[in-house]
Amino acid sequence: MTAFLIILIAALFVIALWQISKIVQLGKSPEANGADGEIANDADNDRQGKFMLYFVIAMYVMMIACFIGYQDYFLPDAASAHGSEYDSLLLLTTVVIMIVQFLTQALLHWFSYKYRGRKGQKALFYADNDRLEFIWTAIPVVVLAGLILWGLFSWNDIMDVDKHEDPLVVEVYAYQFGWKVRYSGSDNTLGDANVRFIEGANVLGIDPTDADGKDDMVATELHLPVNRPVVFNFRSQDVLHSAYMPHFRAQMNVVPGMVTKFSFTPTVTSEDYKSTEFMTEKVSKINEIRRQKSKELEAAGDVALDPYEFEYYLLCNKICGASHYNMQMKIVVESEEDYNKWLETQTTFETTLANAEN
Amino acid sequence: MGQVIAAATEHGHDDGHHHHKETFVTKYIFSTDHKMIAKQYLITGLIMGAIGILMSVLMRMQIANPEQPNVIFEALLGKWAPGGVMDPNIYLALVTIHGTIMVFFVLTAGLSGTFSNFLIPLQIGARDMASGFLNMVSYWLFFLSSAIMISSLFVELGPAAAGWTIYPPLSAVAKAMPGSGMGMTLWLVSMAIFIASSLLGSLNYVVTVINMRTKGMSMTRLPLTIWAFFVTAIIGVVSFPVLFAAALLLIMDRSFGTSFFLSDIYIKGEVLAHQGGSPVLFEHLFWFLGHPEVYIVLLPALGITSEIIATNSRKPIFGYRAMVASILAIAFLSTIVWGHHMFVSGMNPFLGSVFTFTTLLIAIPSAVKAFNYITTLWKGNLQLNPAMLFSIGLVSTFITGGLTGIILGDSTLDINVHDTYFVVAHFHLVMGISALYGLFAGVYHWFPKMFNKMMNKNLGYAHFWLTAIGAYGVFFPMHFIGMAGLPRRYYTNTNFPYFDDLADTNQLITYFAIATALAQLIFVYNFVKSIFYGKKAPANPWKSNTLEWTTGDKHIHGNWDGPIPHVHRWAYDYSKVNDNGEYVIPGQDYTPQHIPLQDGEEEMNH
Ligand code: HEM
Ligand SMILES: [Cu+2]
Ligand SMILES: [Cu+2]
Repeated sequence: MTAFLIILIAALFVIALWQISKIVQLGKSPEANGADGEIANDADNDRQGKFMLYFVIAMYVMMIACFIGYQDYFLPDAASAHGSEYDSLLLLTTVVIMIVQFLTQALLHWFSYKYRGRKGQKALFYADNDRLEFIWTAIPVVVLAGLILWGLFSWNDIMDVDKHEDPLVVEVYAYQFGWKVRYSGSDNTLGDANVRFIEGANVLGIDPTDADGKDDMVATELHLPVNRPVVFNFRSQDVLHSAYMPHFRAQMNVVPGMVTKFSFTPTVTSEDYKSTEFMTEKVSKINEIRRQKSKELEAAGDVALDPYEFEYYLLCNKICGASHYNMQMKIVVESEEDYNKWLETQTTFETTLANAEN
Repeated sequence: MGQVIAAATEHGHDDGHHHHKETFVTKYIFSTDHKMIAKQYLITGLIMGAIGILMSVLMRMQIANPEQPNVIFEALLGKWAPGGVMDPNIYLALVTIHGTIMVFFVLTAGLSGTFSNFLIPLQIGARDMASGFLNMVSYWLFFLSSAIMISSLFVELGPAAAGWTIYPPLSAVAKAMPGSGMGMTLWLVSMAIFIASSLLGSLNYVVTVINMRTKGMSMTRLPLTIWAFFVTAIIGVVSFPVLFAAALLLIMDRSFGTSFFLSDIYIKGEVLAHQGGSPVLFEHLFWFLGHPEVYIVLLPALGITSEIIATNSRKPIFGYRAMVASILAIAFLSTIVWGHHMFVSGMNPFLGSVFTFTTLLIAIPSAVKAFNYITTLWKGNLQLNPAMLFSIGLVSTFITGGLTGIILGDSTLDINVHDTYFVVAHFHLVMGISALYGLFAGVYHWFPKMFNKMMNKNLGYAHFWLTAIGAYGVFFPMHFIGMAGLPRRYYTNTNFPYFDDLADTNQLITYFAIATALAQLIFVYNFVKSIFYGKKAPANPWKSNTLEWTTGDKHIHGNWDGPIPHVHRWAYDYSKVNDNGEYVIPGQDYTPQHIPLQDGEEEMNH
């Protein structure tokens, strides 16, 4: 599909070049003497008007081709509770704007073609029409009001981090260039923390004197039990970062000096997400690409690429320095049971400190 | 077709201009003539534009073939591309300086500076700006800031690299990245000077438009170009000082140990003393300018296209009053939407709702403008000159880019597309490409006035079509890689196998980008060649109504050799007919502004 697209668009470029070279030839003919030769004449208007028409047709082809060829670029169904609402709103908005796009581009280019200048053609002196202008002010007002209202309701809902009863509280901690997670332990309360406490094994700056912090656990992967609301507290030790979890339709900037929050409920386990039809197809396509790449690499004496298996990820989405492009963390969504099992393997802050002293 | 050029014959109070002896230096370098200053702005802006576009091509080449050695990198980047492989820090530096140059140096100074300077006095009927001297100072400050920005490319640790938004702490702490040392200092100094230049220019434009209009040029008879430049200048005066304040506070945080934007930072094994500041405060200050900046860039382009579309359609602009009202509404609203860049910054989510609301409000005047342009074309007699094609192209990209703004302006939807390539695609179309088209349209249209020569139209056509195809080829597919969740400002995407299947599309985009950049050489060739060898321009090549075409072809400081013409009508009496269906001036489909009302003619009551 992509190859087809490349060929198609390259062909468009070539046709355009060819047509243009024809005009340049024409421009050299003796007809174009004097300064008037540089002002559009009937022949130019005719040609350029037709190009406008071809252009909009080509543009439609391109838009449709992009939507078809790139349909698997769109993120798969959301893996969080609020995500399906997000997806519906996105779909509706996209449909609305594509309809407007198709109509207005058609009018714009069609008029450019239809009314291309001709000797003797009289333009219509038409300066105002209050009714028309009222109509096309009103239509966007109504459509936008609808989209806005929906958006605002979802927004207030999504951003209300206190709405859940008994959520899991997790800290996501960012630094140049990586992520850590802090689980709040059996008390489900994170201990106080500040960069001024960072020392030795205490890499997150947890206040050693705060009892709430003793049972906190620091991990390098984010494990979440499915269907339990999670409230994330984000903290950064150095510069701005942004915790972006695209498959959960979640993102929040991580700001040094303050704690930012976001909450969502993961609804699909990693295992289930991997085995959706979309994901298996996508992953096999990616692995095919990686196999081809590996062949080239091996031929050049390099190491081959590992085959890819999908895992949810969190990535940094705010410029933060040289390795911004490689600041990621694996996310695992699993059953409550598995989650608890995994949690048991983690060390509490108290133990970490004690170990460090030995 | 006879052209009415002669100005009104009555002698007013406004004639009697005297000529001074001019030396090379006063004429070409330290000139106080607004026309010469405009050309200085244009040439400087175009040179900066060439640098900015070259940088974008380097970025695209890295994205297409990440971490591959490239002789071009080796040649241009030297020690920053060891073995021809681009260094990640220098990628970020390119992103930053490209963005800065394009937004401020090309599309603020190069576009608004050029055409405000050139057209305000000529179209309102004034001999020069209110203060020619301040105008000259404004240009030279701009030149100085350009020189400093370029010089920052050569400092030891590289130029600023924290993004054109220079968010602290990344930009404030020298240890955070190499570019945040000397490079960032130079960036801040350069921008401070730039702001001073912009303020001097803007104040001059505002005063000139208010005070120096010729007799009869009421505000409601102003061409839309002037309305756009006028309101742009006001937005600039309101918002640039805030960026200046932000830059100043940032300088203090960097150099004098204050904590406006910094708090609780541990970096390279050391806790910094800063306590109590907030990076979010910086974001507010930055975007209080940053968003209006989008319109500082766009409104002049829209003003230019209004004029060009009306002239070349041989029709009045549709809905003059609505166009003026839209400009005013956009100007007002643009100062209260900045928070849409900060939905997920950690600010209070309630504020997010407010900014969603104001943002979608600003879509309405923008939509009105688009509809009015389309209606202006309807039943016209379109003269498809290159300037007209670029103007139509502008409306097209303005719509395409503006529509995706509805997704980004909706706080809910922004959560998942914020800072992805979807944003890059959006703002390049709506502001970058649209404003660039406005700049090109303006150059093709007013070149005959600026240089008394015609540009070659066929090269203009070639330039337009290649650019139009290329711009969509670059930026339309880009939406889709953004929808896949691909973050911007990534040096390479290879560390996420999930993005492997986007690599083809990224290469496609790069090929389009290179082709488009090459197509700009056609423009450069045409521009330079036409200055020297172009055909001599007629007095009013596009048969336009506005006053600049009444000066005759002598370039004198003072614009009109004789008295300044008076104005008797608005600028859009194209194809106006009397009751008998005959043009107001028989045989001529336009009636310039300085022509008195004819017998039996009614003034348009717009
Ligand atoms: C040939 C045309 C252009 C190409 C191929 C191009 C390409 C790019 C690329 C690849 C980026 C980096 C995106 C990222 O990683 O965030 C970028 C950023 C940017 N470009 Fe362009 N660009 C072009 C023209 C323009 C124009 C005309 C403007 C004027 C507004 C502009 C303004 C910006 C800005 C503001 C940024 C963001 C810089 C930042 O992230 O700090 N570009 N461009
Ligand atoms: Cu980052
Ligand atoms: Cu904005």
